[in-house]
Amino acid sequence: MTPKTLIVLAVLPLALGGIVLAQSRTTGVPRHAAPPSPSGDLVVALCDGKTTAEIPGVKEGETPTPEQARAAVDALMDEWRRRNPGARWDDLADAAQPKGGAPPAAAPPAADVQGGQTYGAFSARDERIWQAETEKFVAEGRRVFHDAKAFGGTIGVSCDMCHPDAANTHPETYPKFQVQLGRVALLRDMINWCIQNPTRGKPLADDDPRLKAMEAYIIAQRKGAALEFGKH
Amino acid sequence: MNKGVKSIETRHYEERDALFAGLRHVSRRSFMKLAGLSAGLALAKGLVTPHGFQLVQVAGAAEESDQPSFTFAYISDTHLYPASLNDRFVRAALKAVDDVNALDPQPDFVLFGGDLAQLGRKEELDLGRQILKTVKAPVHMMVGEHDWFLDLGQYWRELFGPEQYSFEHKGVHFVTVMSVGEKDFWTARGMTPAERMQTVAGLDNGVQSRFEVGEAGRAWLKRDLEKVDHKTPLVVFSHSPLYKYYRPWNFWTEDAEEVQAILKPFQHVTVIHGHTHQLLTNRIDNIQFHGMLSTAWPWPYAPEGLPTLTIQMNRADPFDQFDGCGDGAVDVLASGLVNKLYNLWDRNPVTVRASYLASGGKHDAPPRTKLPSF
Repeated sequence: MTPKTLIVLAVLPLALGGIVLAQSRTTGVPRHAAPPSPSGDLVVALCDGKTTAEIPGVKEGETPTPEQARAAVDALMDEWRRRNPGARWDDLADAAQPKGGAPPAAAPPAADVQGGQTYGAFSARDERIWQAETEKFVAEGRRVFHDAKAFGGTIGVSCDMCHPDAANTHPETYPKFQVQLGRVALLRDMINWCIQNPTRGKPLADDDPRLKAMEAYIIAQRKGAALEFGKH
Repeated sequence: MNKGVKSIETRHYEERDALFAGLRHVSRRSFMKLAGLSAGLALAKGLVTPHGFQLVQVAGAAEESDQPSFTFAYISDTHLYPASLNDRFVRAALKAVDDVNALDPQPDFVLFGGDLAQLGRKEELDLGRQILKTVKAPVHMMVGEHDWFLDLGQYWRELFGPEQYSFEHKGVHFVTVMSVGEKDFWTARGMTPAERMQTVAGLDNGVQSRFEVGEAGRAWLKRDLEKVDHKTPLVVFSHSPLYKYYRPWNFWTEDAEEVQAILKPFQHVTVIHGHTHQLLTNRIDNIQFHGMLSTAWPWPYAPEGLPTLTIQMNRADPFDQFDGCGDGAVDVLASGLVNKLYNLWDRNPVTVRASYLASGGKHDAPPRTKLPSF
C-alpha cells in the first residue's frame, strides 16, 4: 500500500469518526484485528474495533479511488449508526479512554451546553495533551535559548546571558519600528539580529524549528503582559 | 596589545574621560574655565548645545563641602572566555584598563570586582591576570562565582592569594568578603566540576544553591573587625550584593542579615559589590550599597525586589556592545562615606552620592531614568 493511499483513507473519514486500516503493514502500533475478506478485497475497520467494510474490486495493496474510499467510510458509519442508535461517536471515544492514574475528568457537560460539533468535541484529556505538547515546544525553546551551540553562536554567548528568564525581550511590543534597523521588525527579526551580532552566529530561516521554539519560549515568559505592539 | 598605537575612538574616550575625571576635582573658578573650554569644543564639533557634557551637574559637585579624601577605581565582571573563542569580552576588558590608566590623577588603587573568567578555566584566569597586569595602579582582587566553581577557587587562589583579606588605606578599613559560596548541590546530582561551573554560570536555573558568606566566612569577618574602632570608616567588597534583591537570579546573599549584623556597630559602612551588572543603589540602616558595572554585558533589572533608592540606568541598546557596560570610580569622602561614579560607556556618567543615600533619597538624586526596563 502506498503512502498516498493511506492519506486518502485517513483524511476522508476523519470527520466521520476515525477509521483505521485493517491489515496494514505498519507494525508497532496497536491495531484492531479485522477479519480478512473471503474474496481478497481490501478491508477497512472503524476505530471501535468491531465495524468493518470491504471495498469491492480493490485488492490488498491496490489504491481505491476517492469515490470508492468515500463509499467505504459511508458504509462504515452507516453500519455503526445502525448498531448504536442515538449514540455520539465522540462521547464513546472519550468513555473508552483509560482512567487509571489520570486526574478526574471535568464534570459532565451540562445539558444546556451546545454540542454535536466535531471541533467542540474535546475532553479534559485532550486539553492536557495539548498543554503538554505546547510546554514541550516551550521547553525546547528554553534549551536553545540557553545553549550557544544549539542556535549556532560562535563565541560562547547564549541568549540567557543578557536575558535571564527572557527578561527584557518584551515580545509584547512587536511588531515595532526598530530605530536601529530603520524599519519595522518582528520579534524573530530581533532574535536573528542577536544571533548574528552579540553571539556571532548565522541567522536562522524564518521557519527554522529552533527559531519557532525560541519565539514560543520568549512569549511564554511574558504570559499575561498586555499586547502593546509598537511600544518603545 | 600595542600600547603605542591608539584608535581614534580610544583617544576620544580618553579625552572625554580625562575631562570628566578632572571636573570632579575642580574648584569653582577652574570649573568656569573648563566650562568655557568645553563649550568651545562643542561648538568646534558642531554640537548645538554643550549639554552633552553634563557641566551643570558637575558644577554642583564642585561646590560640595564633603570633599573626597581619595579615589579608587574599579573594573568588574569581565567574564573572559579564552581569547581564541571570544574577543568581544577581551576588547571590553582592555577598554576598561585603558579607562583607568587614563585617569589623571591616578586612583590610589583599582578594585577588581570578581568574575574575571566566564567558566573558571586556567586559560581564562591567566588571560585576565595578563590584562590586569597592564593596570598602572595597584590592583585589589575579589573573586566571583565564575572564577570559583570549576575548582572551588584553587587556581584563583594560586594566582591572587586568599579570597578574604583586609587592609587599611588612609584611615579607612577595607575588607573583602567571599560572598559567593554555595551549599553542595553537585555531589548528590553526580555533576562533574565543569557541569557544576556551567550550572552556577547561569542565572535563571533553580538547580544551584543561593550565595552565602557562610559560617566560616562570617567568623573570619567578625575576627577581622574586632580590632577596628567603630568610628573608622569601613568599606566592604563583596561579589554578590550583601542583601536580598531577587532570589531566582541569585541577586542575593542568603545570610545577608547575619553579615549586616556584624557591620551594624560601625558608623560609616559602604558595601561595593559586583555580580548585578547594573546601576544599583541601596541603604539598609547604617550600610550604603553600590553595585558595579560589568564590562561584558548589562543584566536587566529583576522583575521584583529592586531597592527603592535605586534609580535605574536606562535600558541598554543591544546594538551597542558597550552600552550599559562600563567601569567606574569611588570617591571616599572625608566624612567616611563614598560617592560612587558609574562610568557608563557611550553615555553620560552617573554619580550616586553619599548624601543621596544618607538623606533617604531626598537630596542629590541622580538623573532620573528615561528608558526603564520592560
